[in-house]
Amino acid sequence: MAKVATRVAYGDALKELMVENKNVVVLDADLAGSTKSGEAKKVDPSRHFDMGIAEGNMMSVAAGLAASGKIAYASTFAMFATGRGFEQIRNSIGYPQLNVKICASHAGISVGEDGASHQCIEDVSLMRGIPGMKVIVPCDYNEAKQACKAVAEIDGPCYVRLGRSGVESVNGDDYKFELGKGVVLQKGEKVALVATGLMVQEALEAAKRIETAPTVVNIHTIKPIDKELIIELAKTHDTIVTCEEHSIIGGLGSAVAEVLAEAGTACKLVRVGVQDVFGESGKPAELFAKYKIDADAIVEAATK
Amino acid sequence: MENKELALHAKNIRRNIVKEVYSAQSGHPGGSLGATDILTELYFEEMDINEENLNTLDRDRFVLSKGHASPALYAVLAEKGFLPEEELTTFRAINSRLQGHPNMNYVEGVDMSTGSLGQGISCAVGMALANKLDKNDHRIYTVLGDGECQEGQVWEATMSAAHYKLDNLCIIVDNNNLQIDGHVDEVMSVYPLDKKFEAFNCHVINVDGHDYDQLRAALKEARETKGMPTVIVAKTIKGKGVSFMEDQQGWHGVAPNEEQYHAAMKELEAE
Repeated sequence: MAKVATRVAYGDALKELMVENKNVVVLDADLAGSTKSGEAKKVDPSRHFDMGIAEGNMMSVAAGLAASGKIAYASTFAMFATGRGFEQIRNSIGYPQLNVKICASHAGISVGEDGASHQCIEDVSLMRGIPGMKVIVPCDYNEAKQACKAVAEIDGPCYVRLGRSGVESVNGDDYKFELGKGVVLQKGEKVALVATGLMVQEALEAAKRIETAPTVVNIHTIKPIDKELIIELAKTHDTIVTCEEHSIIGGLGSAVAEVLAEAGTACKLVRVGVQDVFGESGKPAELFAKYKIDADAIVEAATK
Repeated sequence: MENKELALHAKNIRRNIVKEVYSAQSGHPGGSLGATDILTELYFEEMDINEENLNTLDRDRFVLSKGHASPALYAVLAEKGFLPEEELTTFRAINSRLQGHPNMNYVEGVDMSTGSLGQGISCAVGMALANKLDKNDHRIYTVLGDGECQEGQVWEATMSAAHYKLDNLCIIVDNNNLQIDGHVDEVMSVYPLDKKFEAFNCHVINVDGHDYDQLRAALKEARETKGMPTVIVAKTIKGKGVSFMEDQQGWHGVAPNEEQYHAAMKELEAE
């Protein structure tokens, strides 16, 4: 099956949401073609607002729309949504717990050629720190589409992290997305690969090359994190390897570390992710190799 | 409403502002007292808001973009009977609904949580967009500080309000020319405010922010202006009503001591 980017799923979810729910409105900051929020415009242009290259304003405007009973989807690249717009998200959306769904695309170093200025590796960390904010990192088209639709049913602010590059289909057609519930993709022993977003496909690829047949888990919801599952994994495995296309500081690796530390388990933790450095221009696969977040890097982390 | 009656409401509101800040020994008296006449004109004449429609979207709404003037907003809500007057003395205290900067989830009649400057006007733009979408004819009002206009977001918001032709949005700038570090034109000049907003495709009216006739006429003109938002630049005196606080940089975020409190209350005694 051809690889499809999770942002494409967002566009397809919006097409349905715009028809199903008249309260849905969509905002973008001059990137409607790239984030795929422009798909909403095709259904009803009166409910799609291009706010121009002014992300901070867009976030607060989304808050105002939500305060008027709308379900406001706000989109731009993850860098500008959560970086430029952080304080607006925190104060206009987070503090009053308004019904805004920040669906940000082009997250992580898989942005590729645009380079470090556009490769957001801090967004999960930033969003996770806002009280009440739910953080979802879908791994494939099917999961992304369901997640983007599911957040419409959740009252309050949500962050959905979407990617630029195509990803393989990980979940089957009968897959049902459930907020906060990790998905065990394959059961193994000794090592558990706990991955999120497009790193799930890398983890599955890595698992094929690890002799001991590790467990592979998809953690699509970083907040609230599936504590129960992580503690269970820690009790039944020697090592947990977290896999994320994000800084190892503040993202999935940190969230899992918090759970493990508080639970007091003896399980070892290895964090595969961007090691507190900025990315650079290059093809996504080249960057994954150089920054050691590809399947090879996961195999190495799992077997050392 | 007679100007005399408005002035009486304003006096009560000013007394309560002083009481709030004195009780808390914390808060922003200067900007609250200065904006009082604008808020009085809005809530007692201009806006469609009452006990019955308070809990609905079927009314005019107000965003205090300069959220630090919360004592004025709470005092106005109390004067309208939406908030028990005795609660005002809990301002800024632990477990109080009356947060230092307004929280929309705690107090009915607070239409947006504000406090971080520049954001409230954008929220008001979102509310005005929603009303247009819903064919809701009610209007959205927001009050900004002049120092607040140094925030780039104010101009992003204004650009978007004009772009979407939000003639249901009325932006009022409380122009007292003072901010924490000094006079606005000395700290970081925002002037000319009227020409800037005009250049952003808004209808602009300059008024004396303590003159009810001028405020009333400007708000009517704003209502009748179609195809663009209206900005009312209201010249005000920070600390208005308490002589020793008037036009003083030092009364931005300072509470009166006991002696100053009694002196202020004496000045604000009802006739």
